[in-house]
Amino acid sequence: MDNIFAEYEDKLPVKIIEDIKNNIPKGIAQNKLRKILELVLEEYENAKVHPGEAVGLVSAESIGEPGTQMTLNTFHFAGVAEMNVTLGLPRIIEILDGRETPDTPAMEIYLKAPYSGGKDIREFALSLKETKLSNIADEFSISLINSEIEIKLNKEKMKAHSLTTPKVAAIIAKQIKGLNIRESEELIILKSRAKEESLNEIYKAKEKIKDVHIKGVKGISQVLPIKRNDEYVIITSGSNLADVIQLEGVDPYRTTTNNIIEVQQVLGIEAARQLIINEVFKVIENQGFNVDIRHIMLVADTMCVSGKVKGITRYGVVSEKASALARASFETPIKHIINAALIGEIDQLESVVENVMLNQAVPIGTGIPQLIANFKKK
Amino acid sequence: MAEVYLNSKFVGSVDDAPNFVSRLREERRIGSITANLNVYYNEKIDEVYVETSKGRARRPLIVVKDMQPLLTEKHLKQLEKNEISWSDLVKQGIIEYLDAAEEENALVAFFEKDITPEHTHLEITPLAMFGLTSSLVPYGNFNQSTRVNAGSKNQKQALGLYSSNFAVRMDMDVNLLHYSQNPIVKSIMHDISNYSKHPAGQNIVVAVMSYKGYNMEDAVILNKASVERGFGRSTYFRPCTSEELRYSGGLIDQICIPDKDVKGYKSERDYRFLEEDGIVYPEAQVAEGDVVIGKTSPPRFLSSLEEYNLAAGTRRESSVNMKHGEQGVVDFILLTENEEGNRLVQVRVRDERVPEIGDKFTSRHGQKGVVGLIVPEADMPFSVSGIIPDLIFSPHGIPSRMTISHLIEMLGGKVGALAGRYINGTTFDAEPEEKIREELKSLGFRENGVETFYNGITGEVLEAKIFVGNMYYLKLKHLVANKIHSRARGPVQLLTRQPTEGRAKEGGLRLGEMEKDTFVAHGASLLLKERFDSDKTVVPICENCGLIAIKDEYKGKKYCSVCGENVEITDIEISYAFKLILDEFKSLGINQRLQLKSKY
Repeated sequence: MDNIFAEYEDKLPVKIIEDIKNNIPKGIAQNKLRKILELVLEEYENAKVHPGEAVGLVSAESIGEPGTQMTLNTFHFAGVAEMNVTLGLPRIIEILDGRETPDTPAMEIYLKAPYSGGKDIREFALSLKETKLSNIADEFSISLINSEIEIKLNKEKMKAHSLTTPKVAAIIAKQIKGLNIRESEELIILKSRAKEESLNEIYKAKEKIKDVHIKGVKGISQVLPIKRNDEYVIITSGSNLADVIQLEGVDPYRTTTNNIIEVQQVLGIEAARQLIINEVFKVIENQGFNVDIRHIMLVADTMCVSGKVKGITRYGVVSEKASALARASFETPIKHIINAALIGEIDQLESVVENVMLNQAVPIGTGIPQLIANFKKK
Repeated sequence: MAEVYLNSKFVGSVDDAPNFVSRLREERRIGSITANLNVYYNEKIDEVYVETSKGRARRPLIVVKDMQPLLTEKHLKQLEKNEISWSDLVKQGIIEYLDAAEEENALVAFFEKDITPEHTHLEITPLAMFGLTSSLVPYGNFNQSTRVNAGSKNQKQALGLYSSNFAVRMDMDVNLLHYSQNPIVKSIMHDISNYSKHPAGQNIVVAVMSYKGYNMEDAVILNKASVERGFGRSTYFRPCTSEELRYSGGLIDQICIPDKDVKGYKSERDYRFLEEDGIVYPEAQVAEGDVVIGKTSPPRFLSSLEEYNLAAGTRRESSVNMKHGEQGVVDFILLTENEEGNRLVQVRVRDERVPEIGDKFTSRHGQKGVVGLIVPEADMPFSVSGIIPDLIFSPHGIPSRMTISHLIEMLGGKVGALAGRYINGTTFDAEPEEKIREELKSLGFRENGVETFYNGITGEVLEAKIFVGNMYYLKLKHLVANKIHSRARGPVQLLTRQPTEGRAKEGGLRLGEMEKDTFVAHGASLLLKERFDSDKTVVPICENCGLIAIKDEYKGKKYCSVCGENVEITDIEISYAFKLILDEFKSLGINQRLQLKSKY
């Protein structure tokens, strides 16, 4: 049995062999197993890409064609409770450009038991939501006479977040240095320790204090617990993967964000690659188009080969092209030509664009095979 | 306290806005203030807008007071006798013009019987909501508005008798339809606009059926016999102009048959239609390249060249000849002077355009289509009574577009043709369909317009009854003869040596970036190279320095202007565009070298 599989070990990928092992009935006859493997091998060989196939261009056309039909057909969720997430062509452009932050960052937070079963789900979700000082305060005012900043807190909002005035004052004291803090009932009064402070600086300090982080995870602006397949999941708008996966009760293995750069920083390039594939595929599928996932995988691979996520832009993967002429043919030609001239670049004319420019056969398909004749000297 | 705005500028406020507005209107009607004024009161925000500025679209309506329209029988009688005119009615405040804003304050009744106490105005006729061309669509009220719109747009492109003095006019690029007719089904707008003086179509027999797939996707089938009898035949006029320009030094162009020593002399054959005065004779059959007006111009740069050039002093050829792909008969010649007093010669060439596959035809209902096939009369389907349609229209054009007026016109046209009378198809005010059906029945036909047809090829009875009728069909100005274009080899641009662009310049059809991609995606590398061979050149390269070398064909040797003669110089084949970009690099001060290696 195992020796038959061993025969195919270097002919078939491990994953396929594993799949066959798991799916064949027990005690299968040897010749039957051999036949199965033979058929699988044939299929596998047929599925292989031929040498010289223009894989990249076919991918580009396969993604680009539905792209033309998607044109700004953005779909928005209606209603209060739902999250608004960029979809459609803008989202694909955003992903492929490799933007630092998505237009609408969002997370899907999976939970460990007992939260996944729905225990205190609302409270848990709310505890994730970022609360800033401005969210619980009614008024920020500057008293000109004493050069003080007065913060009037809202009692009810404080209660909802189970906060008290001293607690808030302590948090402020921790985050903002150089201020004296007094508190009374619903008021927190801040005064600079420096003797002379201009009004302008006080104003700046006031604006800074508004953003003081009180509770929750930074960057998570909205939370929404939903039930998905007998399990509670929290979807958020705003994203902070690094902090969320360290929280107690969060399942770090399944929790995701839609911010690719963030995933690359937190989980590494392989995770980022997978996320690009998932996100692009999700959009295309959502719009009702059918694009083979391998095209998207190829795009994701090109974006990630360098070890950092690079967008399909003139600053990203295009700048990595070996040929100066190929780079020049895509946006800002003069820049590329001059830079190439400065360092004396040699173009090996190994890719498609350069050869089209020179009117030479492109090294793809029928342009690859060459005839070598061995003339014997008489 | 309502704020009042005059021409969008705040001018003050009034206490009783409704009263103010109605007084303003009253003043306008009695003529004490301009009739060009419109006033609109917005109740919600309590503001009054008074507009007297130009550029507002306004339309006339009959004023209604106490449920009575001010326009009475008396006025109509006076109008008929020409005792009063339209402007009198406006002056008397019987008819007033409202702009879009004031319409918001008005309630307009379509018909007199609909008037309620709330109504302020009465529509003169429902047709008034249409423009001139939209009212030319018969039975327009049976259609979607978009179809009426499309129908009126199509009519603007129709060929017709555009002017009755066309024979003495020198119009640029015009078409004239032969045997143009009055429509059988017409609206009152046809009478108002004197349509019979400039008709633009022909009444033909139309059958709604498929014909071997040649009328799919909106195409139509034409009967060859109808075409030969003159259906859709038109003449295309194009003038050629030339003037004797005056240059400095008393030199002047000369319209004449150019001498053989003139620079740029074409060939004797090209000038064969010219008479002694250098102008073609009327009724000459000219074709592409033939000279219509012979002309010579004085040499350029007279002073500088004289010393060196022996040939200097010879005049240049500057004749006007027939453009690429054009032919025709010289129709009319005009000799005159222009504003500067220069002699001006205009030659009008006419060309008969018989309908051919690809010409565009339309009914008046936005049902345009292109000729898909011209069938010999013998192969056309025919009815029991022997009627052979002139045109076959595809039934698939009807359900999605819902142009019911198209079908009613067929019915109406049929009755009109059989009964020998015009049918009134005015939108909202037409002869009712029921009446037409009744009359059709009394004329001995099925009341729904269908007839038994026979297959023209096999002679078998067609299983389905075919809907036939008479329709007014228009030939549109998009003719294949003016658009057809192909090229194998031809002129190239001077700078890039790539094919020229556009039909007028016998240009190539561009294989663009995305088309290129499809070749690459198919791996058709060598085919792609061949497609881009249009500007290929062979360039000698010095293998020592990598720059373009010089090939002296006269001396039969190659040398490099940098390295001299004793270097390897190899010819390479590249696109001229690439050679050009290398030259541009040089002009940027960028040195580029080509390193050659053997391909095999």
